[in-house]
Order: sequence, then structure tokens, then C-alpha cells
Amino acid sequence: MTGHPAPDPAVSAAVAEAHRREWAFVLAATARVAGDIDLAEECVQDAYVAALGAWSRQGVPRNPGAWLTTAARRRALDALRRDRTLQAKLPLLIEPGSSSGTGSQPAAGPVAAGAAAGTEDDVIADDRLRLVFTCCHPALAREAQVALTLRLLCGLTTAEIAQAFLVSEPTMAARVTRAKKKIAAARIPYRVPGPAELPDRLDAVLTVVHLLYTTGHTAPAGPDLVRADLVERALGLARMLRELMPDEREVRGLLALLLLTDARRATRTAADGRLLLLEEQDRSRWDRAAIGEGTGLVTGALRGQAGAAGAARSGRFVLQAAIAAVHAEAPSYGETDWPQLLRLYDELLRAWPTPVVALNRAVVHAMVAGPEAGLADIDGIERDGRLAGYRYLPAARADLLRRLGRYPDAARAYRSALDLTTGDAERAFLARRIAEVSAGPPGAGQPE
Amino acid sequence: MTQYLVLIYERESGYAEGGPELFQEMGEAHARFQGQVAEKGGKILGGNALQPTGTATSIRDDVVTDGPFAETKEALGGYYLIEARDLDHALDIAKLCPTRFGGVEVRPIMVTPVSAG
Repeated sequence: MTGHPAPDPAVSAAVAEAHRREWAFVLAATARVAGDIDLAEECVQDAYVAALGAWSRQGVPRNPGAWLTTAARRRALDALRRDRTLQAKLPLLIEPGSSSGTGSQPAAGPVAAGAAAGTEDDVIADDRLRLVFTCCHPALAREAQVALTLRLLCGLTTAEIAQAFLVSEPTMAARVTRAKKKIAAARIPYRVPGPAELPDRLDAVLTVVHLLYTTGHTAPAGPDLVRADLVERALGLARMLRELMPDEREVRGLLALLLLTDARRATRTAADGRLLLLEEQDRSRWDRAAIGEGTGLVTGALRGQAGAAGAARSGRFVLQAAIAAVHAEAPSYGETDWPQLLRLYDELLRAWPTPVVALNRAVVHAMVAGPEAGLADIDGIERDGRLAGYRYLPAARADLLRRLGRYPDAARAYRSALDLTTGDAERAFLARRIAEVSAGPPGAGQPE
Repeated sequence: MTQYLVLIYERESGYAEGGPELFQEMGEAHARFQGQVAEKGGKILGGNALQPTGTATSIRDDVVTDGPFAETKEALGGYYLIEARDLDHALDIAKLCPTRFGGVEVRPIMVTPVSAG
């Protein structure tokens, strides 16, 4: 429509804030009524646009989420009433209210959902949980899970998601469309998994959120707003999961891991963009509040996890967080409790037996028992073969060789690592190391 | 309820080496599976073991050839047509299907949309 004045900046800000905070809530609640993800997305988008006008006229409501949910749901119900063919589409499968049957008439999905909304019997599982478990269903490929989570839980546009993962917009649009089609065609249900399936399904959700974090976290230095936004979104999702599943230790573990890792954000690169190792980072600039919150969560998650037979052992997110906590609490690199780290890595390897974990453990083992011990571990990992092409394997080997004074061998290993490395900051770091070990012991004259 | 085809893929060498005792054992396992499906609230609408890929004949562009359509490490060896509430239910059921030398694929049946009145 023409002739509308530009919205009041305070209103725009309120709508943007509501977009950030409430999108998942509004979409999830609307999906239940709409019985279809595409329809729900359209109605939610329309509701946010309508909010710009309505809140300018009437003021920002005290509960923006509730206003937006009501507006979006009303639009969805109107759309369904107007267009009967929408009801006949394979809808998002909503679990009917506990009183009704097994949901044997799919076309009654929206109607059953309406009835269920009336009874609100399964309001216990927040719709946002249903949404996130649907997005992260194992029937969807990992990259589809990630794209769908960003789209449906964070409200990112296809363009924004494409930019974050460095693919073209049409590619990302096709990925999202395929995923939605899979959900409809294979009839992935809109539900929180039952207790038997929950551990594996929750692990997938946590993996996706962690992947979002690391994708944003490893962005090249410099102002890249979308990638920094990914970090915020991941933290937001982790907090949402903590709110909705307060008893799950692994959920606490993930939030703790993100907080403890993010606490170091300011010190990961020097002013000139150079990558800084853990041992070089200025610990006084670590975010102590985040560390405090993170270690508190880890302690809580580990409480009651005695090593006694029969007691549930800690999961991989709690253990990764515990490892991060040990680093965060050490006043300096030299004062790090390496033996405790080794014990934690032994546990992590038990819970999550992957070669990458074994490699990280080897690095810690070297700190406890000397570089030769670490090299022996790395030999074993290399024979396993699964980390061929993983740049940190030759890099770790090179570092241990350097510490042993075996400079020609170290140079060779650093060059192997360089061949596998594409990021500028990491390449610069490896090039410096090659220069160091080619010139002789550290401290001898360095060529520029 | 939705219909899904559960396609069973297995390495045929396993059965070739197993002999009649293995066949008997697998027959019993499948009978148990069929009972379990009903317990889980699903329904088996049909199913069969297939004779080995050596007995297959394929047709492509009107040309008839000996053998299965695609040579794969695990061969299609049987199927069940089941009815389940949704994919999670179908997967819950399909996980019980005996597949000692491979696994299963779960694919929804194409449904022609009901035309609006």
C-alpha cells in the first residue's frame, strides 16, 4: 500500500527484537494450527509485517509474542477456511489431543489440531520442542537439519542462511524445499520423541546447534555480521533448550560448552588478525561471567555422576564442557591441570570414540607424558586412516616434533598441514612455524 | 495411517553360506517380526522373500538382460508393505525387521491427493 509513513524507529526496533526473541515460539504455535509449515511461515511473516503498522497505531503490546501468535494463528485459520484444497494437502502431522484416536484421518489434521488447542492437553511439550525435533529428524540430511533449524527456529531468510554456509541462494532454497517436502511426503510427525528414542534424537539436536555455533565461531576475522549472528542464534537456541528441558544433562552440557568457548572470543585473534593459540591468549580478557555460568552448569551436570557401576556416565557434551572448563579455570597455559584433562579425554573417548577425539587426547597426553607419548598415539591414529586429509593431524604431529627438536621432520609435517589448510589465518600461522623450524631453534634469526 | 514399503537389502553370500539351518532360523525370525508389528499397532499388508538376484531378469529400453537392475553390494531380497501412523512409527517397526546381512529402506507409498469437492 502507498502513502504509509515510515514506522517509528522504536516500533521497528520492537518488531526486530520480537523477531529475534519470539520467532520460534510464534512459528511453532502457528504450525500447530496451520497443520502445514509453509502456510505457518507465511502467516507468521504476515503477522510481523502487520505488527509494524498496528504497533505504530496502538503502541507496542506488553506481550509481543502473544500478539504475534494470535495474529498469525488467525491468519492461518482464515486461510484454511477460505481454501478447502489446503486442508487436503498432506499436512504437518499434528499429534491429536489425548482424547482422540490415532490420527487416522490425516486430512483432519488442522481440525484435530484445533480441537487439541482447545484442550491444550499436550501443552506440556512446548511447540518449540516439537519444531526443533522435527527440524533435526534423522530422516533429514545434516545440512538440511541445519538449514531448517535456522529457517524455522531462528527465522533467518534463505539468503542469510546461504551466506552463512557459503552456498548460493538457489542451492539453499532447494535444500530447504527438499527438506520440507521430505517431511510432508514421508510424514515425519510433529512431536517430541518418546523416552526410548530421546537420547539419540536429542544428540542430533545438540549436534546441529553446536554446528551452528562452530560455523559462526570459525568465521574469518573481520566484520561479518551474518556469521557473528550465527553465534548469537546458537547461544539463543541452547538457552531455549535449557529452558524447555531443564532436567537433561546433555542440554546443560551444550550450553556450558558454548558459553565457555565463546568466553574466549575476544582473544582468538591478535589485532592484526593473526590467529592466537590457547597458550598465547590474554586470559584477562576472557569473559569471566560466561565462564562462571558455564562452569556452574558443568558442575551441576556432573553432580551425581559417580563412577560407580550402574550410575549413568556423562555424555559427550557434558564432557566437552568439562574439558573447556578446565582450560577456562587455569590462570595460565602452564598451570593447566593436564592430568585432569587426560582423565576427561579418556571418558570422552569412551562416550564418543572418534579419531578426532583421540587426536585431541593425544595432544593432552603429550602434555602429561611428553611428546614421544603423543607421537605414538598419533601414529596409531594415522594408521586408522579415517583422518587422512584432516589438517590438524599433521599439524599436531609437527608441533610435537618441533618440541623434540626434530626440525626437519617438523618442517615436513607442517608442510603437509599447509597443503590441507585453506583459511588465511591458519595458513599464516603454519607458514610462520615452517620459517621457525627451517631457521633452527626458536629465537634464532627469523626470515620475514 | 500411511503405507510404507520396507525394502530388505542383504549380502546374498551370507545366505549362500548359511545353508538350510539359517533359512529355518530366518523364517522363524520373520514370523516373530510379523507378530511384533501387530503389537506395535502397525499392520502388514503384504510381503515376500524374493529369490536370489541370479534369478532376476531386467528390461531397459525394451532390451532384456540377465540379472538385477543395478549391481549393488547388498541385493534386494524381500519386502513388506506396512501401514503405520507416521514415519517414526514406520521406523520403529522397520527396525525390528530381521536383516542379518544388511538393512532396510523405508519408502512412503505415493498417494494421489484427494481432489477438493
